[in-house]
Amino acid sequence: MEQNLVLLLLLTPFVGFLFNVFFGKKVGKAMSGAIGTLSIVVSFVVSIYFFMQLNQTGKPIQISLFDWISVSNFKLDFGILLDQLSLLWLLFVTGIGSLIHLYSISYMNDDENMHKFFAYLNLFVFFMITLVVGSNLLIMFIGWEGVGLCSYLLIGFWHKNQDYNDAAKKAFIMNRIGDLGFLIGIFILGSVFSTLDFVQMENGLNVGTANTGMLGLAALCLFIGACGKSAQLPLYTWLPDAMAGPTPVSALIHAATMVTAGIFMITRMNFLFDLDIDSVHLVNLIITIVGATTAIVAATIGLAQNDIKKVLAYSTVSQLGLMFVALGLGAYNVAVFHVITHAFFKACLFLGSGSVIHALHGEQDMRKMGGLKKAMPITFWTMLISTLAIAGIFPFAGFWSKDEILITAFHGNITIWIVCSICSINTAFYMFRLMYLTFFKTFRGTEEQKHHLHESPSLITIPLIVLAILATIGGAINLPGSMWLNHYLEPIFATVSHEEHVLGNTEYMLMGIALAGAILGIGLAFSKYIKQNVVPNEDNEIKGLTKIVYNKYYVDEFYTFLIVRPINGLSNFFRTTLEPALSKTVFRLANVTYVMANQGKKAHNGSVGLYLFAFVIGVCSIIIYLFLV
Amino acid sequence: MSPILIIFYFLAAITLATAFLTIYSRNPIHSAIYLVICFFSIAGHYLLFNAQFLAIVHVIVYSGAIMVLFLFTIMLMNLNKEDEVHKPRITRLGAIVVFCLMSLVLIAIFMNSKPIVGEYDITGEDFQSIKVLGKVLLNEYMVPFEFASILLLVAMIGTVLLSKKENTSK
Amino acid sequence: MNNILNEIGIENYLFLSVLLFCIGIFGVLYRRNAIIVFMSIEIMLNAVNLLFVAFSTYHQDSQGQVFVFFSMAVAAAEVAVGLAILVSVFRNLGSIDIANLKNLKG
Repeated sequence: MEQNLVLLLLLTPFVGFLFNVFFGKKVGKAMSGAIGTLSIVVSFVVSIYFFMQLNQTGKPIQISLFDWISVSNFKLDFGILLDQLSLLWLLFVTGIGSLIHLYSISYMNDDENMHKFFAYLNLFVFFMITLVVGSNLLIMFIGWEGVGLCSYLLIGFWHKNQDYNDAAKKAFIMNRIGDLGFLIGIFILGSVFSTLDFVQMENGLNVGTANTGMLGLAALCLFIGACGKSAQLPLYTWLPDAMAGPTPVSALIHAATMVTAGIFMITRMNFLFDLDIDSVHLVNLIITIVGATTAIVAATIGLAQNDIKKVLAYSTVSQLGLMFVALGLGAYNVAVFHVITHAFFKACLFLGSGSVIHALHGEQDMRKMGGLKKAMPITFWTMLISTLAIAGIFPFAGFWSKDEILITAFHGNITIWIVCSICSINTAFYMFRLMYLTFFKTFRGTEEQKHHLHESPSLITIPLIVLAILATIGGAINLPGSMWLNHYLEPIFATVSHEEHVLGNTEYMLMGIALAGAILGIGLAFSKYIKQNVVPNEDNEIKGLTKIVYNKYYVDEFYTFLIVRPINGLSNFFRTTLEPALSKTVFRLANVTYVMANQGKKAHNGSVGLYLFAFVIGVCSIIIYLFLV
Repeated sequence: MSPILIIFYFLAAITLATAFLTIYSRNPIHSAIYLVICFFSIAGHYLLFNAQFLAIVHVIVYSGAIMVLFLFTIMLMNLNKEDEVHKPRITRLGAIVVFCLMSLVLIAIFMNSKPIVGEYDITGEDFQSIKVLGKVLLNEYMVPFEFASILLLVAMIGTVLLSKKENTSK
Repeated sequence: MNNILNEIGIENYLFLSVLLFCIGIFGVLYRRNAIIVFMSIEIMLNAVNLLFVAFSTYHQDSQGQVFVFFSMAVAAAEVAVGLAILVSVFRNLGSIDIANLKNLKG
């Protein structure tokens, strides 16, 4: 019975994918959208059922579907592990997934390939579920690769535009670089533990293994994989370019689910990252530093961006950096908390921006927006709630989770805490910059657009409202008093040393400082964009420091120079020099046969007399050979 | 010299001479006539062996049917003119060399494997009269016998088909 | 009744047969006229037949003569078909010089 339910959970999105691929065009837009959404809703319902069951029994569900690999002493089966961590992820992936599917029914209604869109979305959710419920690293890797593929397909969804295709390729290739690290980590772990199953690896560590250097190396390689998928330095440049995809894609994949896969993986492998070995401590330090650097760099880039989706993209990178800071410091449950709250408000922000873009018929430049507050009230209020959440204002969800991170950072290393606090202030600033430029003051677009301004249809606003509510109350899952999430996740982190942060004076002071910083950021934004009525310059008028920040510190150009140009040069060399040389060599070899055949042709001169002569000579030789020799 | 040996030499001489003349003569009609005489002499050899059936069949089939066919064809193609060009000298030389070579080789073989018998035994029973031949042919060799008849049928059909005049324009 | 070979000896027949066979080969290679080539082939066949009959008497067995019987049947069929082909060639090429049959060249 349980196995059937698990299969239902896993396979319904895949069935939705197949349906939309084969019949989507025929059944029409409404039906294909409905089937797509329904398949995710079914998975959501099943995850709720399992969640309830887990709460009752407290025992994780381990189901082995079939024996997969069995080579000498390395055994692997294709199994499903439904414990607290994976159920938590399942809940918000399928939940937010179904909301976004609902949203897409209306958002993508004008597109003629809507069924293809839903097919890809369903496939993506299927792979994400695989990633989350797998019981060993290899199944997780299947899901990992699969979500990368779907990300490529969805970013390049409007494939007639070559720029979008380039963005999709960039995302896939950068993911691939990370995946190489992940694979090497898998290989090292497989050779050390002779298994890749999470439970067995954890037991193996408890028993005690030698080879500590390899474990540190494995941890580092796994982190590189997480960098690629969750857009940390230096593999982050694909995420802002991935905004070329439709907005629901950005919301689902690049805000709530795929980019959190790296964090999920590290949390899953917490027993590895928490070992008391020097090499692993070094890896943790690297994780923290990379996370903090990413957070601050992305936050500063976000200050000068003018495309509404790019601001949100850099904000995502920055928040992911904060999550990695928490992971590096060993506070896994804090990172998970922030993942959940971030999913709520970031998805809401992206969907809201999608609503704005839809109303303006594709305009994404904030310099051409303004004054939308009156025309689109629901969008405005939901985005305001989510912005308050991301800025970390009490009592919205972001306040609690970001605060936990800052407290952890403070207890870990003061410098990290300072960097994270600066990052939070920046976040508050640019998020409110976004709000002011988009919704306040007067409309800066064309008359035609102004005429058509109206609130989006209900299929778009309902998900916005649901997500805004979640962004408001989401903090409740881990309030300092009850700490429900920490207690819930305890069995996962059985080997992790916890420190319960008792709320003492330091903690309250830190909370106060964080709140003050956020209000400072909001105030600065208010004064610049409302009081002084500043509108960012047009592209050719941007100068100085702003120009460097606006051009993302020229990182993309640096990568092009360092990597893309040499590879292009190499391929050119192969095309013009090596390949003709090889084909000429092969051709000449074939020519030898031709020349030999030409010479042999002379034996066929057509005269029957010659042939008869040859007969006789042949018979003579045979007879001589047989009888006289 | 027993009379039989003399008869043998006589017949052998005729055989070899006419065979050589068949090849050597310029006129194809002459060649055909020489060949007929050669076949008759071989029939004589068969009679020496007391293989009467075979001798008669040989005369009927070879001299009576095959050579007549040859003569018809020669006359059909008007070949009684003696206008043949010789082959290149090297080829003719090659042919002579081959002839000598082949004969020498074969004779050498047979001399090497010369049976060491003084007396040839005789079983006394009849092994080659037409009665015995008939029995052997239709008992042990019945399948080849039937196949031979099919072969002749096929050859007949093939020949008729091959020599049909084409109706398309030439 | 004596075995005839007592008088003549098998070697004589061997030599006769071999010489006849080689004359046949000589004819095949020496002449250009296709008819003469055919006739040479018949000479070769006859040489073989003669040898078969000789050995049939040597072994006092009738199987040699049965083989000659079949050999003659085959020779007859072969002559018929071969002459039909020759007639076709004559119709197409106008002469039966085998040096003209060069279509297999190349």
